[in-house]
Amino acid sequence: MSVQVLLDGVVEGSLIALGAAGVTLTYGTLRFGNFAHGELVSVGAYVALLIAGAVGAWWPATELTPDGFTATPALLVGLLFGAVLTGLLAVVIDALVYRPLRDRGAAMAVSMASFGVSMAMRAALEVGFSARPRYYSEDLSIAWDLGFARLSPDRLLMSAMAMLIFIALGLYLTRSRLGREMRAVGESRQLAEIVGIDVRRVLRATWLIGGGLAAAAGVGMGLLVQIRPSMGAEVLLPLFAAAIVGGLGSLRGALVGGLLIGCGEALAVATIGAEWRAAVSFTLLVLVLLVRPTGLFGRRE
Amino acid sequence: MSPCLHVTDLVAGYESGNPIVRGARVAVKPGQIVTLIGPNGAGKSTCVRAIAGLVPVESGRIELAGVDITTVPAHARVAAGLGFVPQSDNIFADLSIAENLDLGIPRGAKRDGRERADALLASVPELCERRSRRAGGLSGGQRQVLAVARALMAAPTVLLLDEPTAGLSPRAVTELLMQCRQLADGGLGILMVEQNVRAAFTVSDQVVVLVQGAVAMVGTPAQVSADPRLAAYYLGAENPS
Repeated sequence: MSVQVLLDGVVEGSLIALGAAGVTLTYGTLRFGNFAHGELVSVGAYVALLIAGAVGAWWPATELTPDGFTATPALLVGLLFGAVLTGLLAVVIDALVYRPLRDRGAAMAVSMASFGVSMAMRAALEVGFSARPRYYSEDLSIAWDLGFARLSPDRLLMSAMAMLIFIALGLYLTRSRLGREMRAVGESRQLAEIVGIDVRRVLRATWLIGGGLAAAAGVGMGLLVQIRPSMGAEVLLPLFAAAIVGGLGSLRGALVGGLLIGCGEALAVATIGAEWRAAVSFTLLVLVLLVRPTGLFGRRE
Repeated sequence: MSPCLHVTDLVAGYESGNPIVRGARVAVKPGQIVTLIGPNGAGKSTCVRAIAGLVPVESGRIELAGVDITTVPAHARVAAGLGFVPQSDNIFADLSIAENLDLGIPRGAKRDGRERADALLASVPELCERRSRRAGGLSGGQRQVLAVARALMAAPTVLLLDEPTAGLSPRAVTELLMQCRQLADGGLGILMVEQNVRAAFTVSDQVVVLVQGAVAMVGTPAQVSADPRLAAYYLGAENPS
């Protein structure tokens, strides 16, 4: 594997990992695979687009943006608010759709409902923004020649952002009371109640964090590729594959799984052709599950 | 002394219109151990689970230290001073011993029962050393002590125990019950469900016999064990004369 392929894989993989972290957190606490998670990625990208546009109108970025970056300070503001708003949207969707079903004990219905939510959100984005691709910037982020590989400033920025978010989140969840509460709720919701944990509050926090992570992944993918209503749906399989390969419920697993899927995809593109990219997630998923059914860092239930 | 837990005319069950507990009355004073006994299916566990807020209450009233908590959600009852230790699955197996204990203190709690919990844990060396160990690796008796210690972390005024000695060795049964007695002597009110009737009688102040969801007899262990109706209830009689 050439250094270039590895570098591309790490960049793509770190964004997949961000999305997979949300999948794994909601699965870990709710025991529920949210098929609408991809649309949270898309919504985050669009919300950031709107906010970055509004902020950019009165905060021209040119003098503040270093050479080579198309990611403007306005986009970073958009990313921040996009993450918060997408997180809040996830909380609202849970309150309106998933929680009523969950309270009735309809576990299967919750997963099916998430399919419906996914389609509704995608349709809403198409109505609101059309299927035409959008971009955060018309400029090109010109790659630096590092000698052994080429790397564009935007790609460096986005993977650095993803890694920083991962480190911060990992530290927070292993050391904070909320992190312990999330693990406790994931193990037994009833015992969590008995112990005195406000389970609804913990679930709201989980959705807020998961939605925010999805939005951050969406901004990264939107900046490096393009923003489309179907971008989330297309990335759903890699997100789930990364979360499952790493072990559902494990944050470290999501990171390693994301990087594996990212590198696998980059390798496929470089060797057998871009049309095989989608098959990589699936193949890796099957291979890992055959050897280790709980994923790399998963625990047996 | 006024009771720290006062349950009146409690009607509760999992399905509405089909109650399992039918008009139970229980009062626990500080420093008392009240033991709930009765034949299988009498509604003992359902009764303590309803008091803990885990089973829907149709009617009746649950008062904790004079405050009506009948409609308070389960998690908030812990902060109000009501601790509950379920019969099984009462610790987080994937979390460490220390994490299990830390979760016992409710968010924003002003009281902290760490001292009382530590005193209980001192009796089990495995629980004092290496608290970073996964709780899932503990034995049944150790888990039970950890679960009780976790409930003590919230500095409860009343502790509900659902068959705390189930599945324990005879020696562990005696030890756990003696520890309960010490906790009660320290001022805690304890309401427990026990199948291990003989052992439970040695530490209880009062015994409540529940038959078909309602209280059939109340008395000291000596009174209840001397009453010929007790055996009849266990043999299936509803109204022995």
